[in-house]
Amino acid sequence: MKYTLNVNGQSRSVDAASDTPLLWVLRDSLDLVGTKYGCGVGMCGACTIHLNGVPTRACMTPVSTVGKMKVTTIEGLAAASGKLHPVQQAWSDLDVAQCGYCQAGQIMTAAALLKDNPKPNDEDIDGAMAGNLCRCATYMRIRAGIKLAAGLTTVGKGGAQ
Amino acid sequence: MSTPSLAQPVGRRDFLKLTGLAGGGFALAFYIRSGGEAAAADAAATGDFAPNAFVRIARTGAVTIVSKQPEMGQGVKTSLPMIIAEQLEVPWKDIAIEQGDFDEKKYGGQSAGGSQSTPSNYDNFHVLGATVRTMLVEAAAQTWGVPASECRAEKATVIHTSGKSLKYGQLVAKAATLPVPAKEAVTLKQPKDFTLLGTRISQFDTPKIVTGKSLFGIDIRLPGMLYAIYEKCPAFGGKVVSANLNEIKALPGVKDAFILEGSGKVKELVPGVAIIADSTWSAFSARKQLKITWDEGTVVNESWESFLKQAKEKSTQPGGKTLRKDGDPDAALASAAKTVVAQYSYPFISHANLEPQNTTAHWHDGIMEIWSPIQIPSIGSGMVNRVLGIAPEKIKLHLSRAGGGFGRRIGADYLIEAAAIAQKVNAPVKLTWSREDDMRHDQYRPGGIHFLKGGVDAKGKVVAWKNHCFTFGEGGSPGSGGSLSGDEFPGRWIANYQADQTMFDTGWPMGPWRAPGSCVFAWVMHSFIDELAHAGGRDPLELRLELLGEKDEMPAGNAGATTKGKQAAASYNVARMRNVLKFAAEKAGWGKKKFAKGSGAGIAFHFSHRGFFAQVAEVTVSKDGQLKVDRFVTGVDIGAQVVNLSGAENQVEGSVIDALGVLMYQELNIERGRTVQSNFNDYPMIRITDAPTKIETHFLKTAFPTTGLGEPALPPVAPAICNAIFAATGKRVRQFPLSRTDLRWT
Repeated sequence: MKYTLNVNGQSRSVDAASDTPLLWVLRDSLDLVGTKYGCGVGMCGACTIHLNGVPTRACMTPVSTVGKMKVTTIEGLAAASGKLHPVQQAWSDLDVAQCGYCQAGQIMTAAALLKDNPKPNDEDIDGAMAGNLCRCATYMRIRAGIKLAAGLTTVGKGGAQ
Repeated sequence: MSTPSLAQPVGRRDFLKLTGLAGGGFALAFYIRSGGEAAAADAAATGDFAPNAFVRIARTGAVTIVSKQPEMGQGVKTSLPMIIAEQLEVPWKDIAIEQGDFDEKKYGGQSAGGSQSTPSNYDNFHVLGATVRTMLVEAAAQTWGVPASECRAEKATVIHTSGKSLKYGQLVAKAATLPVPAKEAVTLKQPKDFTLLGTRISQFDTPKIVTGKSLFGIDIRLPGMLYAIYEKCPAFGGKVVSANLNEIKALPGVKDAFILEGSGKVKELVPGVAIIADSTWSAFSARKQLKITWDEGTVVNESWESFLKQAKEKSTQPGGKTLRKDGDPDAALASAAKTVVAQYSYPFISHANLEPQNTTAHWHDGIMEIWSPIQIPSIGSGMVNRVLGIAPEKIKLHLSRAGGGFGRRIGADYLIEAAAIAQKVNAPVKLTWSREDDMRHDQYRPGGIHFLKGGVDAKGKVVAWKNHCFTFGEGGSPGSGGSLSGDEFPGRWIANYQADQTMFDTGWPMGPWRAPGSCVFAWVMHSFIDELAHAGGRDPLELRLELLGEKDEMPAGNAGATTKGKQAAASYNVARMRNVLKFAAEKAGWGKKKFAKGSGAGIAFHFSHRGFFAQVAEVTVSKDGQLKVDRFVTGVDIGAQVVNLSGAENQVEGSVIDALGVLMYQELNIERGRTVQSNFNDYPMIRITDAPTKIETHFLKTAFPTTGLGEPALPPVAPAICNAIFAATGKRVRQFPLSRTDLRWT
C-alpha cells in the first residue's frame, strides 16, 4: 500500500504493508533511525514519537492508522535553524546518556511532558517517564535533565559542563 | 611543564608498535626502523601529521583522535581520548574522535570487558599524547632555531619565551619530518597541571544521541541491503529437522529462506532458519508463518526448579568440591556461642541490552565485511575464521556503538549468525534479533544456591564459616562468574573456614554479566556477615573492620583461585579496603542517625576489577512491604585519577540503580531447557519510579594506578540495601528477587 505521511513537517511517500508499524516505516523506508526498536510491544518506550504532539509508541502504531496526523521524530525535534530543543540541550549539558540507545525516546517523552506541564514536580516527572526504560539506569540524570530544561535548575554538579 | 629537546638522532624513525599481552592488556613498545615509510606516506597523501595510529593533525589544525575501544555506554570513546588531549595540549572542543575499526596490529588490544579499558590503556595514552606534543614543540623550536626547552605548548599552540607562537596546524609539515622520540625523551604533563582530566565532559557522541543520528549497530544501512531474522530452537541447542521454506519464500517481501546447520556449540552458530526480506517488518511478518520441526535434544530434561530441589537434597550430604578449608570449621561451629544457618539463592538473569543483538554483514570479493556492536571483536573475528573458514585477513570488522554491553556482547553468537547468513546472500544483510530472541537466547548470568553456616563467640567475633555453593555448568565447567573462589572474601580471613562447590552441568548458555561472580557473591557474603553481626550483637561496620583485621595486605590463596569469567583471586589490599570503608561510613554518617521502625541503614564493601568500593544504603520499608531507597552513598577508590568525572559518576549511579533493579525484579525461569520469559512484560526491569532520589558518589583519591568503573560499583549495592532492609524491618532477604520475601511489618 502507498501512504503519504507528514513527517517532521515534510510530506513523505512510502510503500508498505498496512500492518507495518510506523517504527519500521521510519527506520527502513525513510532512513530516520533515531526512533529505536527495543521491545516491539510498547513496554520500553525507545520508539516514542509524537503524533499530533502526543507521545506515542511507534512500534504499536500501524502505518495505516497514521493518516494526516503530524509525525514528529527525534530528528524533527530541534528547530529548523538547528537550535536544539531545551530537552536536547539539557541532555547535552548534563551528559545524561550512557549507551544512549533509549535517549531519543526519553527526550521525546520529556518534551511532551514539558509542553503539557512546563514546571513539573518530582512526581509529575516520574509519572510521565515511567514508560521509558533505561537499561543503563540514567534515571537520576533524566530527572535532572527535565528540571534543567524546565528552568527549575541551572547547570551544576551532577552533569557535564 | 618543561619539554626537553629530542635526544634521538635525526634520520631514524621510531614507530609505536602495540603488542598484545596475556591478560587482555597491551604495552607500547617502540619499534625502531629506518625510513619511516608509513607516517611519511600518511603525510604525503593527506598533508596531515600522523605520527601514530591514534592522532592525526591536519594542516588546518584539525585534530582527530582515533578511539580503538568498543563503546557501549561505558564512556571510553570520550575518556581515553581525553588523556591524549590532556597531554597534547589541545582544547577538548577542538578535537574530533573517530571510532577505529578492528585492527589489533595497528591499535593493540581492543577488548571492552572486565573494566579493563582504562587500566590497560591509561599510561600508554599519556605517552601517546605527550609524544605528539613533544614533536610539535620540537618542530617549532627548529623553525625558530631555539632550544625546545624555551618553548611550551598551550591550546594547540607552541609559544616561545619571547612571546612568539605557532599554531599546531602551522607546524604539521615540519613535525611530519621529525623522528618520533623515545618514550624516555618525552616529558609527561603532571597531574597537578591537568586541566581536562577530572573535569566533567559530555560524551563525544552526545550531539548524535540527542538528535537521533545513525550511530548504533542496528542503525547501519548500506546500498542494496536486505534484512534478516534467524529463528532458533526454543530449547537451547536444538536442531532443525524440517521447515516450510517454500511457503515462506512465497510470502510478500521475502527474498530467500534457508536452514543453517550450526557449528555444534550453543554459544556459537546455533542451528536455525534464516529469512531474508526487503525490510525488517517483512522478515518479522514472514517469521510468524514459520512452521519448524525441531529436534530439541536432551536439554529438555533440565529445569531450574528441579535443580533447586536437588540442591536442597544434596546440601547436607558430602560430595562437593572443597575450594578451601582452613582450621576445623565443624568443631568451631560446635563450640560457638551462637550459630546461624541460612540458604541464599539467586536465579538466572538476562542482560537485556536495550539495543537487541544485531549485526550487518556483506560477503563480497572474498571478504567478509561486518558492522557489529561487539565488546571483544577478536572473539567475533575468531569465530568467523573458525566456523566459516574465512582467513583473518579477509575479515573486515567495523565497530558500531553498542546500545548497552553488560558482558552480553562478549558473546559473538549474533555476529556469526549474520556472517553465516551473509555468506549465502548476494547483498549486504542486516540481522536483527527480536526482543524475544534476545531474552530467550541470551548467554545468561548463572543462578546459584548457597548453604551457609556461621558461628560467633561470646564477644560476637566470627569464629567459623561454612558455605556449600551449588552452581551451574555448561559442558563440564562452571558458567562465567558461576564458580566461587576459595579466596572470595571472607575466605582467608576466618581461621575456621570451608567453602565447597557442587556443579549442575547443563546445556544452557551462560556468559559474563556485569562484574561476573562478584555481582552475586558480594550479596551472599555481605548479607551473611550481617547476619553474624546481628547474632553477635555487633555493629555491622565495626564487625567488618574487625574481620578485615590489622594486616595491610592479604596474599592470594592457592585453592580454587581461578574462576572462569572472573578475574583470578589476587593479593587483596586490605588497607585500601579499610580506608574506603571508613571513608564511605563517614560520608554516610554511619551510626549517627536514629531511624524510626521501618527505616534503617545497611553497609557492604567489595573489591573487584581492581577497584575498592564501600556502600551505605538508607531505606524505608512501608508497613505493606514496599521498599524505597532513600539515600545511597558510595565510597570509591579507583586510584589516583578520575578521568571523566561526569562519566565516572554516571557509571556509579547506573550501577547502583541497575543492582537495585536486579534485586527488585529480575528473574528468569528455565523450564525444559528453554527460557520461559520473553519480553519486558514478563521480565520487568527497573523504571524511574523505583530509582532513588539521592545517590552520592565520593571518590577517595589514592596513590594507586587509575582503574575502571564499568563494573566494580555494582557488587556491594544489593547487600547494602538488604542489610538496610533488615535494620528497618528485621526481615532478612535471602532470595532474589525481592518479591520472594514478605517485607510487611507491624
